[in-house]
Amino acid sequence: MAARVLVACKRVIDYAVKIRVKPDKTGVVTDGVKHSMNPFDEIAVEEAIRLKEKKICEEIIVVSCGPDKCQETLRTALAMGADRAVHVNVKQGDYEKLQPLAVAKLLAKVAEKESVKLVLVGKQAIDDDSNQTGQMTAALLNWPQGMFASEVTFSGDDSVEVVREVDGGLETVSLKMPAVLSADLRLNEPRYATLPNIMKAKKKPMVKLSPEELGVDIKPHFEVVSVEAPTGREAGSKVESVDELLSKLKEKGVL
Amino acid sequence: QSTLVLVEHTNEALLPVTLNAVTAARKVGGETVALVAGTQCAAAAKVVSKIDGISKVLVADHESFKGFMPEVMAPLVVAAHKQFSFTHITAGSGAFSKNILPRVAALLDVAPLSDVIEIKSPDTFVRTIYAGNAVCTIKSNDSVKIFIARGTAFEPAEVGSSEVPVNEAPDGDMSLGSLSKWIGQSLSKSERPELASAKRVISGGRGMKNGDNFKLLYDLADKIGDTAVGASRAAVDAGFVANDMQVGQTGKIVAPELYIAVGISGAIQHLAGMKDSKVIVAINKDPEAPIFQVADYGLVEDLFKAVPAMTEKL
Repeated sequence: MAARVLVACKRVIDYAVKIRVKPDKTGVVTDGVKHSMNPFDEIAVEEAIRLKEKKICEEIIVVSCGPDKCQETLRTALAMGADRAVHVNVKQGDYEKLQPLAVAKLLAKVAEKESVKLVLVGKQAIDDDSNQTGQMTAALLNWPQGMFASEVTFSGDDSVEVVREVDGGLETVSLKMPAVLSADLRLNEPRYATLPNIMKAKKKPMVKLSPEELGVDIKPHFEVVSVEAPTGREAGSKVESVDELLSKLKEKGVL
Repeated sequence: QSTLVLVEHTNEALLPVTLNAVTAARKVGGETVALVAGTQCAAAAKVVSKIDGISKVLVADHESFKGFMPEVMAPLVVAAHKQFSFTHITAGSGAFSKNILPRVAALLDVAPLSDVIEIKSPDTFVRTIYAGNAVCTIKSNDSVKIFIARGTAFEPAEVGSSEVPVNEAPDGDMSLGSLSKWIGQSLSKSERPELASAKRVISGGRGMKNGDNFKLLYDLADKIGDTAVGASRAAVDAGFVANDMQVGQTGKIVAPELYIAVGISGAIQHLAGMKDSKVIVAINKDPEAPIFQVADYGLVEDLFKAVPAMTEKL
């Protein structure tokens, strides 16, 4: 297909961090907390790099929507092997209310502007767990979608076969390009950026665009009323033996 | 208020999560309409027409809906909405609804809400974020609210005997149908109950050491009866078992009456998938394993001794 691929990357609180809810219930504590690229998006970036290595695509553009800090995430993607980056600058105050629908609109505009033939995203971000952006981007572009992909095979110039993770197993679909794909866990194992590549990434081009320049209204469609810690589950008791366990379970009526 | 429930089915049979979605729809209040789209799906539509609380069933039976491709399913839902102006559109959480409803939402310029666990009022919903480590209450300002209901958070609706009318759904825009094609599926075949709907679940983690050892869990599950076998992401990543067995944030969310975690340390992302189970049992030889912090009954013992002993004594 020898065309451009757009990959979306979100900066999120690192997956290994135990998050804390703010006492005023407006959100979770993000200041001074380690952030990294959403793990599913890393898989999407890796897949794009493999497509380039196989000469299936010729240029990888990475995009992230948010305040200046998301440039770190874009640099990580560039260090992995992406060619250039688009930073859609959304100020901190607006970013806190940036919702997947608005992100999908921004991605669709960037995809059109850059004439890409493929959009790759992670299947969900591990902060809001929405699992929506890829599907909505496809809808806005009027393109077919291959969500939760665990294997993608390109054939000819205009068609891609996608093996998808569904509830009962796997499903295979064939899509005409251009298309939007979302990466599931088993699509690949992302590489680490090497030091020379991290240095090289600093010189790769990054442009900054605003939602206004893209003609996208990012106003929120819903309000977050509160964010709270879930009601905790109390630890129960230890049992000493299999016999004691079985008798407790029988007492409870679950066996 | 009127809610459209997008039905998940196999053409022949209804998938149970739809019954949970019907309960969620009824919490909204007003009329509940079901949409069944498929190929030769009359049998599924008939079952749906008997679900308590459904007032009408819309059916779209066409070759184009083979594989429930979102490129044609989403415009169909949009067409149904244009005709009846629903206040809400919903479906039970899973790969089916997550593939289709966000696409519907974007076509209608609506922000959808995934994995809703509570409906506070017709415009206010509760959903989990950060793998269940925070709970978020959201007020939607969209004219039609689109939400995906987590099955374990809503009791299943009953299937009764009286049938409501089944009408033909309006035609959706099929023009994108030529861009995508369903090729086939390979579903894991199992005699055992589905993870999402089983009364009891036994899951194995990295402590199982390999895939063959999962036989210990199958043997125990068979002995107990009506018990599904699942796995932690660590066990899936290690290649012990297939991904469709994964319980957790990135796998399936379950809330059975009894959940037995075997050789599972209790990573946050696993707890997100099972902590709403009624009774949790943890079997792990490491007394410090975080899984014990959520377990009602913890047994600190080598699983290779404890599990066969349980099977034998039952």
